[in-house]
Amino acid sequence: MIFGRLTWDAFPWHEPIVVATFCAVVLGGAAVVAALTYFKLWGYLWKEWFTSVDHKKIGIMYMVLGLIMFLRGFADAVMMRLQQALAFNGSEGYLNAHHYDQVFTAHGVIMIFFVAMPFITGLMNYIVPLQIGARDVSFPFLNNFSFWMTTGGAVLVMASLFLGEFAQTGWLAYPPLSGIDYSPATGVDYYIWALQVAGVGTTLSGINLIATIVKMRAPGMSLMKMPVFTWTSLCANILIVASFPILTATLVLLSLDRYAGTNFFTNDFGGNPMMYVNLIWIWGHPEVYILILPLFGVFSEVTSTFSGKRLFGYTSMVYATCCIMVLSYLVWLHHFFTMGSGASVNSFFGITTMIISIPTGAKLFNWLFTMYRGRVRFELPMMWTVAFMLTFTVGGMTGVMLAVPPADFVLHNSLFLIAHFHNVIIGGVLFGLFAAINYWWPKAFGYKLNVFWGKVSFWCWQIGFWLAFTPLYIMGLMGVTRRMRVFDDPSLQIYFVIAAIGAAIVAAGIGAMLVQFAVSIWKRDELKVEGDPWDGRTLEWATSSPPPEYNFAFTPVVYDADSWADMKKNGYQRPLTGYQAIHMPSSTGTGVILAALSTLCGFALIWYIWWLAGLSFIGLVGFAIFHTFNYKRDFYIPVEDVTRTEEERTRILAAGV
Amino acid sequence: MRWSAPILAAPLAGCNWVVMNPSGDIAVQQRDLILISVALMLLIVIPVMAMVVWFAVRYRATNEATEKDYDPDWDHSTKLELLIWSAPLLIIIALGALTWVSTHKLDPYRPLDRIDAQTAIDPKVKPLTVQVVALDWKWLFIYPELGVATVNELALPTNVPVRFDITASTVMNSFYVPELAGQIYAMPGMKTQLHAVANKPVTGTGFSANYSGAGFTHMRFGYKALDQAGFDAWVAKVKAGGASLDRTVYQTLAKPSEKAPVAYFSAADPKLFDAIVNLCPKPGQRCMGELMHINQMGGAGKESAKDIEGLQYDFPNSHVIDQTERNEGQQTAPDAPGAEQAPADHSSHSGADAHAQHR
Repeated sequence: MIFGRLTWDAFPWHEPIVVATFCAVVLGGAAVVAALTYFKLWGYLWKEWFTSVDHKKIGIMYMVLGLIMFLRGFADAVMMRLQQALAFNGSEGYLNAHHYDQVFTAHGVIMIFFVAMPFITGLMNYIVPLQIGARDVSFPFLNNFSFWMTTGGAVLVMASLFLGEFAQTGWLAYPPLSGIDYSPATGVDYYIWALQVAGVGTTLSGINLIATIVKMRAPGMSLMKMPVFTWTSLCANILIVASFPILTATLVLLSLDRYAGTNFFTNDFGGNPMMYVNLIWIWGHPEVYILILPLFGVFSEVTSTFSGKRLFGYTSMVYATCCIMVLSYLVWLHHFFTMGSGASVNSFFGITTMIISIPTGAKLFNWLFTMYRGRVRFELPMMWTVAFMLTFTVGGMTGVMLAVPPADFVLHNSLFLIAHFHNVIIGGVLFGLFAAINYWWPKAFGYKLNVFWGKVSFWCWQIGFWLAFTPLYIMGLMGVTRRMRVFDDPSLQIYFVIAAIGAAIVAAGIGAMLVQFAVSIWKRDELKVEGDPWDGRTLEWATSSPPPEYNFAFTPVVYDADSWADMKKNGYQRPLTGYQAIHMPSSTGTGVILAALSTLCGFALIWYIWWLAGLSFIGLVGFAIFHTFNYKRDFYIPVEDVTRTEEERTRILAAGV
Repeated sequence: MRWSAPILAAPLAGCNWVVMNPSGDIAVQQRDLILISVALMLLIVIPVMAMVVWFAVRYRATNEATEKDYDPDWDHSTKLELLIWSAPLLIIIALGALTWVSTHKLDPYRPLDRIDAQTAIDPKVKPLTVQVVALDWKWLFIYPELGVATVNELALPTNVPVRFDITASTVMNSFYVPELAGQIYAMPGMKTQLHAVANKPVTGTGFSANYSGAGFTHMRFGYKALDQAGFDAWVAKVKAGGASLDRTVYQTLAKPSEKAPVAYFSAADPKLFDAIVNLCPKPGQRCMGELMHINQMGGAGKESAKDIEGLQYDFPNSHVIDQTERNEGQQTAPDAPGAEQAPADHSSHSGADAHAQHR
């Protein structure tokens, strides 16, 4: 009983696909570990990255986490496409129900929680302090801790691949199916504890960024002079703080049902599964706006920069964002019109959903009129933005179709729905991320990304996306439902084959992007840029690229929403003397250790290893208390170092001119 | 793109866009609603998409013709702002009104007032009731007025209003016949309703549209809309089946199985459906409604502790089927005609053993 229910049978020996993956991961992992050891990089990684509280490094680590998990999530997508393209004419495909049901659950969970969330959190982490002229976030240690908690959640999801199983419930784990009676194995427990551990990180990072934006703006930057990306980040983080506790509480109730025999969501003893569905969507709908809002900010920055113009309708953009933030709380029931609520309730939620399309539409017009009478430069970020405008409009339209309850009755849970939300999440969130990565990469690393491979990736994504999801829209209208593993009707096969080809082209797009990164890193000297390669308009471009550890030697003073454009227009001179020592937070390993203990605790709870759960929990609390006695929390960057860094920049700028 | 034409055309030939071309009046109205709302939205979506392309091309930095138009500080126009907020608003007002009216008119709980666009309902016609139970992983249909029941086959007479009473035995499913009407969830311990009417004789498929576990993918049933004579003949065929659906047979039937063959029951326990909704189909089990009544009256004191036993419902109903059963199921095609026996008795299943470790 030392290992709870963790026995030799927990290893999926009988699943050749998993065993092969496992071998590949072990070999790959061993190679990485060996390389790190050989090049003596462990110390560097630990000191400079893992324990760093620098918001820029944490931001980059979030992006790396998002990218790794994206590859995993996409592998799941490819497996599903392949299964559905094969399972015709009596063939069961190559995945049995036990495996396939885990794959689609993991795909959803990973893409939302461990791809989209780390990506946007990383982006906000990196950009927001720079945009508001701050040197770090409000709570730098908390930031590091949040990152490692998110990673801990991701580790648990990955562990479920080789140890036990993942949930077979769909990505929101509706009870009673996710209850202990119908899902007795470890899958749902992995789901619960991965989300709980990561959820702590997400909530804390939300609090952190709100505090940062509210308290740490440069002098002169009133709320209505904040860059739009900062505005949308603020709204997204308010949504995070207001909605993630609901998810946490809901999952606590579900775990009480599973662990303590309570009956919140069971069929027995007056439990009510409908309550879970309501609660999870009260979190779940704001969640999709958490994902898209920051990217709306990215599109605003990109459109304005590459049109060489001020953003059209800044004020209405801000109000539109706030409207969306509030309205996103009033629409959750549209995810289950078919549950049998009365007509008035359904109409209310249908109409509130449609109302959201008004501020969203206004935003689209604002971007449109930002291009109007501009000089639009079609660099990669702008290409992604125009692609977004076209793609997202279609997704928005199908979304409003689904918001009409009687229309939803025939389209709900169909492949039409799948096509719709991929249309908005890929067309909105992912395209936005790609725009952001291409836009801010030179900021983070000091060199641009390779354009050729960027364009290859761009076109592969455009073609692949429509090829993969148009057949799904069509099949939705043919009454084909989601999460099917095997099909009776042979006439559908051609659609799934086309969708699979689309997925293959998207895979080529992802490959091209990885090549783009590699080529750019390799040829970084040729692609080298100064601080402001795009003729940027906001403060992050006022400092060097990559920015020094302290971001700004002097805190800038802001007079305009496009403060850097304003500074450039008014002949801003970079101060060359009068540097001072800069007060900065110290690195600490506490975040890594606390998150590791939390993950261990989660793992022990999943496998019913009670002694380990207790021990790691005590360790967690104990170490957190111990950390409060750590008084070495800050240091000063000596004035000589600041002077040296800044004079180096002066020399580069002079050489450049 | 020319090479792609045959690939794109192939699937269009001979396919059935059933959602766009259904045979039941409710589904037809839902289809119309989709088309109207799309048309309304295209009023704004097409101009927007055209403008995106037009502006992007016209104001590209390499276009020297528009260089003189460049106005880097132009960022506000009250007229335009009014337009960009009011244009979507107007569309949404129209769509919102449509939503309010259609949601009430097509509320699945609302009894029908027409057979189709031309025919009002004869007030003398009583709707046919069909009780639908989503089992693991098959569908049970009970026709209380006819006294018959079927598994995985739903037949309806055309032009007769039908009321479905829907529930599930263990987990959530969604009852959906695209030919007939939109879906509604089937949930354990609860009853949902759907009113619909079939207008044309047709055969089609119905299924669960909400994932419900390992056997979900095969949780499909045959759907037949028959003219009155055909329906009467079908009922007679079911009645000739012989087997009777009582509580014991139901217990066996409710056990998890995949690809269950079509089965006919010439008689059905008239109280079975209510018992399923109240989570007490098993003899001796306490019904939810009964206990709620006791609680409402102030509870039954200490002696009510014994009721707990009778209330346990989920525990013995685990979702796991063992491998032998899985194989049995596969040997029979799902739509094998006239497999008029109740499914074979399933031996005890592994799920119960799995539970023993947890509790």
